[in-house]
Amino acid sequence: MTIPLAHYLIFSGILFSIGLAGVLIRKNILVVFMCLEMMLSAANISLVAFSRAQGTNGIPVYDAQVLSLFIVAIAAAEVSIGLALIVAMFRATRSVDSTSLNTLKD
Amino acid sequence: MNMIQNLPWLFLVLPLLVAAIDWLCFSKCPKTAATLSTLSAAATFGLCIAYLSGLQTGIPGVYVWMPTASAALDLHLGLITDDLAMRMMLVVTGIGLLVHIFSIGYMKGDSSNLSRYFAGLSIFMFSMSTIVLADNLAMTFIGWEMVGFSSYLLIGHWFHKASAADAAKKAFITNRVGDFGFLLGILLTIGVFGTLTFADMGNVSGTAVAPALLTAMVICLFCGAIGKSAQFPLHVWLPDAMEGPTPVSALIHAATMVAAGVYMMVRLQVSMGTEIFTETACLVISTVGAITAVMAAIIATQQDDIKRVLAYSTLSQLGYMVMAVGLLAGEAAMFHLYTHAWFKALLFLGAGAIIVCCHHEQDIWKMGGLAKRMPLTVLCFLMGTFALIAVPGFSGFFSKEAILDAAIVNHPTFFWIGAGVAAITTFYMTRLCLVAFLGSARDHGAEHATEAGPTMVLPLLLLAVMAIISGYGFMADKLVPAEGFTAPGFHFGFTFYVSLGALVLGLAAAIVVYGWGKRERDPLAGNFISKALRNRLYIDAIYDKLVIGGIQECGARIIEFIDFVVIRGLLVQGISWLVGRFGVLLSWLQCGSLRAYSCITGLGLLIIIIIIAL
Repeated sequence: MTIPLAHYLIFSGILFSIGLAGVLIRKNILVVFMCLEMMLSAANISLVAFSRAQGTNGIPVYDAQVLSLFIVAIAAAEVSIGLALIVAMFRATRSVDSTSLNTLKD
Repeated sequence: MNMIQNLPWLFLVLPLLVAAIDWLCFSKCPKTAATLSTLSAAATFGLCIAYLSGLQTGIPGVYVWMPTASAALDLHLGLITDDLAMRMMLVVTGIGLLVHIFSIGYMKGDSSNLSRYFAGLSIFMFSMSTIVLADNLAMTFIGWEMVGFSSYLLIGHWFHKASAADAAKKAFITNRVGDFGFLLGILLTIGVFGTLTFADMGNVSGTAVAPALLTAMVICLFCGAIGKSAQFPLHVWLPDAMEGPTPVSALIHAATMVAAGVYMMVRLQVSMGTEIFTETACLVISTVGAITAVMAAIIATQQDDIKRVLAYSTLSQLGYMVMAVGLLAGEAAMFHLYTHAWFKALLFLGAGAIIVCCHHEQDIWKMGGLAKRMPLTVLCFLMGTFALIAVPGFSGFFSKEAILDAAIVNHPTFFWIGAGVAAITTFYMTRLCLVAFLGSARDHGAEHATEAGPTMVLPLLLLAVMAIISGYGFMADKLVPAEGFTAPGFHFGFTFYVSLGALVLGLAAAIVVYGWGKRERDPLAGNFISKALRNRLYIDAIYDKLVIGGIQECGARIIEFIDFVVIRGLLVQGISWLVGRFGVLLSWLQCGSLRAYSCITGLGLLIIIIIIAL
């Protein structure tokens, strides 16, 4: 039995929405960061699903899978920078609360 | 193309070249500059003599400067070498040469830059020659503006003196008012005649044109003469122009430039024909001349500065000439212009010599007893005075007689005005001579006065000779700038006795009032009439209030409004306010909340996606 494309897309959509909601709602910058990763993963899932759906005779279209590999690689790079920034921020402010990042405004 | 044909162009090229060389190469070497300028004046004078003694070179070449669609309206530079122009050139170059020579003595020891002075004189000679020799009105106008410029340069020669700088500005700006009318007149001339060339104007009959248009044209052209010849109501600049060096006053503000207006009007009468000058226009011209003559003569009676007395007398005599122009007596006007040029240059140079010898004292009430100390200069000055007050036998007598004769035929009112002015002229000139030359010195300057140096006395002597003989037929017939002029000579008619009466009346009145040099103060001073006359009838004050206080203040307010409200308020501050408000409006976006930022970013992304998708 094959799972239809729609299910993948719905799942990916839900995952993306949860990520987005997390980014918008949560205060803890670590959680926000993880939610961001979740959104990237949601995009990866839909890409791979498309790659499968567009394939013929069980051979997927590899373009989309290559793209998703790129996204994984960039996400890894981004995580390393992001976490480093968060560590630096924590050292400076002793907190990981995103609402406290408003010194430029004041 | 024949080289000799273009010989008259030397009249223009030589002084201009010398002015440039003086200023560019010899600005540190005033002696060379003075020599060069004097030589160029002498050369042009010699050339002028050559032409008057019968040298014929044909018609000088014409240079088309700005071609237009129609050949008649091309702006070209050409020279006219008829008797009117060439004889006028003799007056210009002759007096110019003497003034150059006189200047060498007068300006000796002056600390200002003399190269600039002589370059200015040469520029003036160039500009004046342009007016005299111009063969079309556009070129006249160019020369007209250039004499204004050179007059500005020379009045303001001692520019570190505030009064001189102001006088230079006043002369220039007042002239601009008249020049505006002149420019309108030139445009109207194009409309009426279709050409600006003097030679072609005679071919067009003016009878087909509406008289009102002709009147407007003549009066507009006359506006130029009002400015340049310092007629009422634009006369205010001439007395102030006396702030310049005295030789400049003699050359520019007595003999030549101020006469340019008269010359221009006569040139127009000759080339357009007198029938173009409608009755109304003539009446306006004569009236302006008469008003100037009377007003200036009256003001002159209460002036204490020797140069200002002469300045007002110049105004008054110019009024005579303009009156004669209005009476369609161009010959009489030119005759008076010619004699006046000699004797008024003499008077001014004489005054200059007196001023130098009295250690730059110009107040006649601080002079006195000069007849004993500098007899030669005083004698020359007296010759000029006799010519000016029209003692029978002197040159001024014949020319004044000619104007009065023309007046009694055409318009008896102007005859009596002229006779009255003659009496007042005699009065103030006699006053000047009695006070300054007789009695005893009233101040140190006059006590130590001695005879002037040879470069100053020589021009005085030559001019004194001219002041005596230039009115007689043997000189006048060849030299008066008018075609086929014949000197009137003596004739004992009504005019003769009236002007003799005016002369005796003026002399007697002056001697009664001022005695034989015994007075220490002016017995006529102190009352309100004298005060008004000393304040030039308050005309300058009225101009200050009305023109400067009114127009300029009004203009300043408008400009202030534009500057402060439109440019500063609306443009500069308005835009900055708008941008600032806009920034304040947008600044709520900078809320400092990470979530809000990401929300906005997301929304923006969404909008972009929607736009692309659509």
